[in-house]
Amino acid sequence: MGGGLAAIEQAMKVIAIEERPRRATWSWRFMRDRAEVLGPILLAPATLYILLLVAVPFLLAVYYALSAYTIYNPSYRFVGLSNFISVIQDDTFQQTLVNTFVFTLASLLIGLVLGKFGALLLLRPFPGRRIVRALIILPWAVPVALATVAWQWMFDSLYSVINWTMIALGLLTRADAPNWLGQPHLAMLCIVIVNAWRFFPFSIVIFLAGITAVPQDVLDAATVDGAGFWRRNYQIILPMIAPIVVVGLIFGVVFTFTDLSIVYLMTNGGPVNSTQVLGNLGFLIGITDGDVAHGAAISLFMFPVLLALVIVMLRSIRRHEI
Amino acid sequence: MPKFLTAAAREGSFYSAVLLLVVAAAFPFYWMLITAFKTNADLYNVTNIPFWFNDPPTLEHFSYLFHETLFGRWLLNSLIIGVCVVAITLVTALPAGYSLARMGGRSGEVIGIGIFLTYLVPTTLLFLPLSRIITMIGLQDSMWALVLVYPTFTIPFCTWLLMGFFKTVPREVEEAAIVDGCSLLGAFFKMVLPLSVPGILTVVIFTFTLTMQEFVYALTFISSAAQKPITLGVATDLVRGDVFFWGELMAGALIASIPVAIAYSLFLDRFIAGITGGAVK
Repeated sequence: MGGGLAAIEQAMKVIAIEERPRRATWSWRFMRDRAEVLGPILLAPATLYILLLVAVPFLLAVYYALSAYTIYNPSYRFVGLSNFISVIQDDTFQQTLVNTFVFTLASLLIGLVLGKFGALLLLRPFPGRRIVRALIILPWAVPVALATVAWQWMFDSLYSVINWTMIALGLLTRADAPNWLGQPHLAMLCIVIVNAWRFFPFSIVIFLAGITAVPQDVLDAATVDGAGFWRRNYQIILPMIAPIVVVGLIFGVVFTFTDLSIVYLMTNGGPVNSTQVLGNLGFLIGITDGDVAHGAAISLFMFPVLLALVIVMLRSIRRHEI
Repeated sequence: MPKFLTAAAREGSFYSAVLLLVVAAAFPFYWMLITAFKTNADLYNVTNIPFWFNDPPTLEHFSYLFHETLFGRWLLNSLIIGVCVVAITLVTALPAGYSLARMGGRSGEVIGIGIFLTYLVPTTLLFLPLSRIITMIGLQDSMWALVLVYPTFTIPFCTWLLMGFFKTVPREVEEAAIVDGCSLLGAFFKMVLPLSVPGILTVVIFTFTLTMQEFVYALTFISSAAQKPITLGVATDLVRGDVFFWGELMAGALIASIPVAIAYSLFLDRFIAGITGGAVK
C-alpha cells in the first residue's frame, strides 16, 4: 500500500520535473506548435523582402513620375500629371509605344507558331530526341545578353554570315548586301527575329507540357467517336491545355513588352528611334540622361498594359476551368 | 514499292523538319563556338568560307580574355553574387514555401498568388527607383547592390517552386513525427527538409542561373569594370569605342553560357513544373 503511494508520489515528481522546463518555454513551444502562429512567422521574411524591395520601389516610381526629380536636382516638388502629359505628346514616345507593340506581337506570334510546330515534332519518340531537345532549349537557357551579342555578330554590317550565305547562293551581290541593323525596317525585323528565336523554345516546352498532360483515354475516346486529327487538336487538346499555355504566354508577353537587353545591345533604339521600345527609352531618359521623373513616367506606361493583359489572361483561364 | 516510298518520304520530311528546327535554334551557338576558336585573319576575310576553319583553330582569344581583360574577375563576381543570392533565397523561400503549402489557409493562398505575381513585375519598371535606393544606401557601383536586389525575383520564383514541391510530401510524414514528440517546426526540419533535397537542389540551380541571366539591374547599377558580373562584363566591356573584339566576345559568351545551358537541359522538367504549378493542379 505504502509502496503504491510512494510510486504515485514518485510519478508526480517526474511529471513536475518534466513540466517545469515546459512551462518556462511555454511561449516558444506555443509558437512552434501552432500552425496559425507559425505559418505567418515562416512567411514573414519573404514577404518583408518583397514589400521592401518591390512594393516600396514601385510606390517610389509613382512618386518620381509625379514630381520634378532629376539626379542633378533631386527635388520632390509635386507636379501632378505634367510628366505623363509631356511624355504622351512626345513624338519619340508615340513611336516607341507603337514599336513596343509591334515588337511584342510579332515576335510572340512567330514564337507561338514555331512552338506549336516544334511541340508536334518532339511529341513523337525518335532516336536522339533528348539531344534535340537540349539543343532546341539553348536559345531560352543562355543569358539573353550573350545570345544577343552572337546575333549582333551575325548581323554585322561587313562580316554578316547571313549576307555571306546569300551572296554565295547568288541571291545578292556584295554591293547591295543589306546593312541589317542600319536600316529602320530591317533593324526592327532583326530584334523581332532575335526575340522570337529566344521565345520559341519556351513555347515548345509549354505546349509539350500541356499536351502530355492530356489523358490518353480522352483522346482515344474522341478518336472512337470519330474525331479526326484537326478536331482532336482544336476541340480537345487546345481547350484542355489552354490554362498552361496562357501562363506561358503571360510570361512571354511580360518579358517581351518590358525588354531592354535585346534592344539596348543590338540597336540601342536606332536607327532614328525605329526600334526604340519602352524599356530602353526609360533607361535612356531616366539613367543615361538622369531625368528620373520622365524616365519613371515612361516606365509606368508599361504597368496598365501589363495589368490589363494579366487580368484578361487570368479570366480566360477561369473560363476554361468552368 | 509505293507504300515503302511514302513511308520513307514521311520519315524524311519529319527528320528534315527536326533538323531545320535544331539549326534554327542552335546555329548562333555554333557561330559563337567557331568564332571563338578562329584566328583574326580568318575571321575578317570575306573571301573565306565562314562556316569552317580556313586557318588552324587558335586559343588566342581565350588567352587574351584571361590575361588582358578582367574576365577572371567577372567570373569570380558572378560566382560570389550567385552564392550569396542562393543563400538569401533559401533562407527566405524555404520557410515561406512550406508555410504556403501547409499552413496557408485562405489568406495564405492570396499571399501566395501575390508573391508569385511579383515575379512578373518587370525589372524595367523598378530599375529607376531601385537605383536611387541603392545610391541612398551607398551601394552604387558595387556588386553587393545586385546581391541585395536579385532576391526580389528569385524569392517569388523559388517560393512558388518549393510550395509545389512541399505539397507532394505526404502529410503523414509530419504527423508521424509529431506523434513521436516533434514540434511542428521540428517536423519541418527533421522530416520534410531531408525529403525535399531534390527540390532544394532545383532551387539552388535556378537561382544561380537566374542571377547569371540578369542584365538590366547589372547594367543600371554598375559602371566600373571590376564590379561587373560576367554577363554584363562580356556584353559591354569587350567593345572598345566602336571596335568589337568578336573573337574575345564570342569566347567569353561561350564560357558564360555553357554552365547555364547544361543546368537548364538537366532541370528543365522541374522548371516547367515550377512555373506552371499554379495552372495545372
